[in-house]
Amino acid sequence: MENPGGSSLPAFLELQRTRVLCKADAPTHTEGFQYSGAFAAMGVDTSVSVEKFCSNFKIEINRLTEEDMEFDMIGVDASIANAFRRILISEVPTMAIEKVFMVDNTSVIADEVLSHRLGLIPLDADPRLFEYISDDVPNERNTIVYKLHVSCEKGSQRLTVKSGQLEWLPEGSQLTMASPAQSGDNQRTYTSFGQSQQNTSERPLGVKYKDITIARLGPGQAIELEAHAVKGVGKVHAKWSPVATAWYRMLPEVVLLKEIKDGDAEELVKKCPVNVFDIEDLGNGKKRAVVAKPRACTLCRECVRPTDDQVELRRVRDHFIFTIESTGALPPEVLFTEAVKILEEKCERVISELS
Amino acid sequence: MPPATSAPDAPVAEGDAEAPPVPTYRSLAAPVSNPVDKFALLPAFLKVRGLVKEHIDSFNYFITKGIKNIVRANNRIEARSDPGIYLEYKNIYIGEPSVQVDFRVETITPHFCRLTDRTYSAPVIVDVEYTVGKTHTQHRKPSFTIGYMPIMLRSYACVLNGKDEAELARYGECPLDPGGYFIVKGAEKVILIQEQLSKNRIIIDTDNKGRVIASVTSSTHEVKSKTVICMEKEKIYLQLNQFTKAIPIIVVMKAMGIETDQEVVQMVGRDPRYADLLYLSIQECATERIYTQQQALQYMDDKVTYAGAGNIKDGRSKLILRDVFIAHVPVNNGNFQPKCIYTAVMLRRMLDAILNSDTFDDKDYVGNKRLELSGQLVSLLFEDLFKTMNTYAVDRMNKNSDMARSSPLDFSQLIMQQDVITSGLERAISTGNWDIKRFKMHRKGVSQVLSRLSYMASLGYMTRITPQFEKTRKTSGPRALQPSQWGMLCPCDTPEGEACGLTKNLALMTHVTTDQEEGPLRNLCFSLGVEDLSLLSGEEIHAPGSFLVMFNGLILGKHRQPQKFANNMRTFRRSGKIGEFVSVFVNEKQHCIHIASDGGRVCRPLIIADKGRARVKEHHMKELRDGIRSFDDFLRDGLIEYLDVNEENNALIALYEHVDQDGVQRSSITHIEIEPMTLLGVVAGLIPYPHHNQSPRNTYQCAMGKQAMGNIAYNQLFRADSLLYLLVYAQRPLLTTKTIELVGYDKLGAGQNATVAVMSYSGYDIEDAIVMNKSSLDRGFGRCIAMKKYTVTSEKYGDGISDRIAKPQRNKDGVLIKQNMRV
Ligand code: SF4
Repeated sequence: MENPGGSSLPAFLELQRTRVLCKADAPTHTEGFQYSGAFAAMGVDTSVSVEKFCSNFKIEINRLTEEDMEFDMIGVDASIANAFRRILISEVPTMAIEKVFMVDNTSVIADEVLSHRLGLIPLDADPRLFEYISDDVPNERNTIVYKLHVSCEKGSQRLTVKSGQLEWLPEGSQLTMASPAQSGDNQRTYTSFGQSQQNTSERPLGVKYKDITIARLGPGQAIELEAHAVKGVGKVHAKWSPVATAWYRMLPEVVLLKEIKDGDAEELVKKCPVNVFDIEDLGNGKKRAVVAKPRACTLCRECVRPTDDQVELRRVRDHFIFTIESTGALPPEVLFTEAVKILEEKCERVISELS
Repeated sequence: MPPATSAPDAPVAEGDAEAPPVPTYRSLAAPVSNPVDKFALLPAFLKVRGLVKEHIDSFNYFITKGIKNIVRANNRIEARSDPGIYLEYKNIYIGEPSVQVDFRVETITPHFCRLTDRTYSAPVIVDVEYTVGKTHTQHRKPSFTIGYMPIMLRSYACVLNGKDEAELARYGECPLDPGGYFIVKGAEKVILIQEQLSKNRIIIDTDNKGRVIASVTSSTHEVKSKTVICMEKEKIYLQLNQFTKAIPIIVVMKAMGIETDQEVVQMVGRDPRYADLLYLSIQECATERIYTQQQALQYMDDKVTYAGAGNIKDGRSKLILRDVFIAHVPVNNGNFQPKCIYTAVMLRRMLDAILNSDTFDDKDYVGNKRLELSGQLVSLLFEDLFKTMNTYAVDRMNKNSDMARSSPLDFSQLIMQQDVITSGLERAISTGNWDIKRFKMHRKGVSQVLSRLSYMASLGYMTRITPQFEKTRKTSGPRALQPSQWGMLCPCDTPEGEACGLTKNLALMTHVTTDQEEGPLRNLCFSLGVEDLSLLSGEEIHAPGSFLVMFNGLILGKHRQPQKFANNMRTFRRSGKIGEFVSVFVNEKQHCIHIASDGGRVCRPLIIADKGRARVKEHHMKELRDGIRSFDDFLRDGLIEYLDVNEENNALIALYEHVDQDGVQRSSITHIEIEPMTLLGVVAGLIPYPHHNQSPRNTYQCAMGKQAMGNIAYNQLFRADSLLYLLVYAQRPLLTTKTIELVGYDKLGAGQNATVAVMSYSGYDIEDAIVMNKSSLDRGFGRCIAMKKYTVTSEKYGDGISDRIAKPQRNKDGVLIKQNMRV
C-alpha cells in the first residue's frame, strides 16, 4: 500500500487505513481496505499498480546468520506476507529420510519410533540437486542412502547413538534383496544407482548436526539399518519443512497521546516489561516519557491498563518483521528466494490457466 | 514455651523478620511467624506404610495371626465311630511362593506368574498330629501342605517384601508398583475395599414407616444376626426373623429373668419420662397375663417360626434368646444379665431419641462404618474352605470305617487328597464371587482386574471403596459429602453417574485398622477403675455422673470419672503400652465411653498439641531429615497419634500451628494436622491448585486423570497385558504437586505439556475442542504405541519337529508368499 496519488485522505481515515489500533479491551480496524475504490468518492485511488508497488516495496535485512534471519518487509499486504510464510513452511522442498530398512533393532525404541526420529534429522543436502522420486525407482538423482550400524558391547557402558553415526553411502544401498534368490540376480540391492553420488556436490551429503540423539543402547543391544532420503515438501510431512518455523509480526507503533511527566513518566517506564519507554531529562529536575524502542513492544497492553488515554498502541498494516529459522539444508536467504520462485510459478500457473 | 528454633539448614524462612516476606500460599493462608515445617513427616509416613498399606496390612494380619486363630478354633477332627482316630492341627503357616512341577517345588516370582498365566501362590503348611489304625498309634507330621493360597504382592509372604529397587528390578518388578493385589491365572486382581455398617453397635434410626428403631447387627465367629427393637403405637417390640410376630419387649425381658417391672424400669433409668414411655408396653404385657419367666417363654415359644426337628417348640425361644438375640453379647452359664442390661441400654437410647431427636444416629457417619479389606475377605473364605475340607475328611473317614478295610486310613491322607483350599481360593479371587453359605455371604464383584491403563488408574483402584448398598437407590443421603469424611476419604474422587458419592476413595494418610487382641485391653480397663457389670444393680448402672464403658460394642461396666479414665487410656496409648490404633471416645450425649480395637475403622495420624502448641518441634524434624528418627519413633514418643473418626469428636484439630492467637483460643486445640493436603486422595492430589477450581471440575479430573496415556511401569515392555497404550514422548508435568512426587508419578510421566492458545475460532466458539498444529503432530506430539497381545501355542511333535514363529515371507514384489500367513 502506498500513499494515494493526488489528494490525500483526512488524517483519521488515513490512520484507519494504514494502522491497526490496539485498545485495552480489543483491537480495532483490523480489516484492511481491499477494494481499490473504497475512497473513490473522496477522489482517492487506492488501487495497486506495478509502479506504485515497485516504488513502495522495500526489504531491510536486520540480521542474517547461517541459521536464521530477520528482515523487514515493507509495502505488501498481509496476504502476501502470509503466502511467503506458508510457502516457506510447507512448500519449499528439502531432503529427508523417508524409508528405513531395518536389519536389526534390539534397542528399547520401537522400529516405528526410530524411523520417525530418523526422518526428523535435518540433512545437509541441497534439494535443488535432486528430483522427486517417481515410480518408486530409487536412483542417484532422487535418493540419498545412509547406513547406521551401532552396537553396544555386552558388559560395557550404555551408549548414546548420535546422528553423526549415520554413514552416507554414495554408491547406493548395500542391502541385497533377500528373495527370490535367482542366479545372477543375487546382487540386486534396494537402489539402482547408475553412478556414484560422490561428485554431486562439493560437500559430502551428511547430516547437518552430528549431535542429535537418535537412541540409547544398553549392553547387548544393536541397531542396524539403512535409511533412504528423498525429496519432499512440508505439506506432506513436517520433516521436509526447510524451516524450524517462519513467522512475521506487524511493526508496532507506540504513540504517546499527551505529554507524560515526572511521576507518571516513571510509572509508565516501570509498567513496560520490555522497556519500550525511556525517560528524557528536561533539566531542572523535570522528566518526560519518550518512546525509545517501539519495535520491542510485545503488545502485552500493560501500558494501556487501566486507562488507554495516554498511550496508543498501533500496528503498521503493511510493515512486517519477518523471521526465518532454517533447519540447515539451505541458508535462510536462499529459502526466501526459493519461496518467491514458488509463488511466481503459482502465479504463472494461474495466468496460463486463465488465458 | 520457648519458640521453636530452626536449624540452619531448615527450609523455613528464617530471615522473614528482616527481608520483606515473600507471599507464598502458606503465608497467605495462615499467618505463621516461624512454623515447624512438618511436611517431611508425610514422606516418612508413606515410607513406613506405603501407598496401599491398608491392603497389605490386612493381608499380613491374616497370614500371621488370623489364619492361626481360625485353625486354633477348629484344630481337631475325629472320626464319628471312633474318637480315638483324630487329627490335630498344631501349627499353620504360609510358605514361600512356589509351584509344584512334576513333584518338584519351584519358587516363583510375581512376574513369572504374570507371563505364564499362573497363580502367584504359596503353600499353606500345617504341623499335624494324628492317630493311625485300631491301635491309635500317634504320629506327627511337620510341614504338611494342605493347599496353595494366592499371595498378595509385597505382603510378608511375598518374595518382594522388603526388597530394594535393584533387587526388585532383578525380579522383573517395577519399584514404583505398590503391590497389594493378587495374581491369579496370570491376571492381576484387586480385592476392593468394601464399605459396611458397623457390626455389634447400636444404631438408633427411623425406618421407612417413620417408626423409631434400635438395631444391632451382631457378628461373631459363630453367628451373625440382626436384632431390631422398634416402637409401634407407642409400644415397644422386638423383631427377630425367628419369630413370626413382634414380641413385646417387656415379655422378652421377663423371659430373660427380669420378672418385675420395677427392675426393668430401673435398668432403663429412673427418669420418670422413661417410665411414661414404657408404661404402655408394661401394660400390654400385663394384659397378656404374663408375669413369670415361664409364661413369657411359653408365649414366645408359640411365635417361633421354625419349630425345629420333631416340631417341638418347647424351649426353642430360650435357645433363640441365647444364640440369636443380640448374639454378640455372651451368655455364660445361663447368665442372661449382660443381655438384659444390653437390652435396657438399647431401650434407653431409643427412648432418649424419642425425647430428644438430636440423639439419633446417622448411618452415613463415617464413624458408624467399617471397611472390609482383602485380609478379612480372604480370611472368611479360608475359614469356610478349611472347615469344608475337614468335614469332607470326616465324612470320608466315617464312610471308610463303615466298610471294614484292611489297610487303615488316617486323616493325614484324607486332608491331603483334596485341593479344596487351592481351587476354592483361586476361583473366588479370579471370579470375584464370594459365595460362602456358612456365613450367609453372597457377593459378586468383590475382586476386579487391576486396570493397567495408566499408573494412576492402578493406584486409583487400590484406594477405591465400593459401597454395599445397591446403586439404583435414588437417595441423596449416602451420596452427600459427610463432614466426618474430612481427612479420611477424598472429597473429590468419586465417579459421576449412578455410583456418584457411593464409591469413594481413601485419602492420602488414611489407615484402616486391623483387629487387635481384646483380652489385655479389657483387663486394663478394669484395672483403670471400670466397675464390672455383674457387680452392679440395674439402678446403679445409670447413676448420674458415671459413664458406661463400651468395649467394641459390649458393655464392660461403668466408670465414675470418665474423663480421667479416657485420659489414662490415651496416655497408655501414647506411650505405646497399648496398640496405637485403639480409640477412646467419650460420648457426653450418651454418657458412654467407647473403647474400640476392632478392625475396619478408618483413622489417620495427627500431631498432638499441648494447649495449641505442637509437640513436634524443629529438632524432631531435623532428626527425621537426618535419618535418625522414623515415623514410628514419633508415634512411640507420643508426638503423633492415630485418631479414628469417633475420637476426632473429642479433639479440636487446627490446620496449622497458629502463633498469633491468644492463649484462650489456643488452649482448646488438642491436635494439629500434619499436612492439610493429605485430605485429598492420591488421584485428586495430581491436580495443581485444586482450591482454585470449581468443585465438580476436581471430580471430573479425578475420573480423567486415570485415562492419561503415558508410562505404566518401569517393566512395561516386559509385561504381557492384553492391551497396552504407551505414549512415546511422555513428559513430567511442568507443575508438579507434592502428591505427584510422593507417589512417584513424576518418574512415570503421563501426557505431554502442550502450549495452548485460547481464542475464539472464526468468531464463534467451539466448546470442548481443539485445533491442532499439524507440524507438531508430524514431529511426534501425542504419538502413542498400542500393544496388543496375541497368543499362539507352539507345539512339539516329536522327532525334533516343532512349531516356530517366523516373519511372513514375501516375494520380490512384496507380496506374501503364503496367503494364509497372518501379518
Ligand atoms: S504494550 Fe506492553 S510491551 Fe508494548 S509498550 Fe505497552 S507495556 Fe510495553
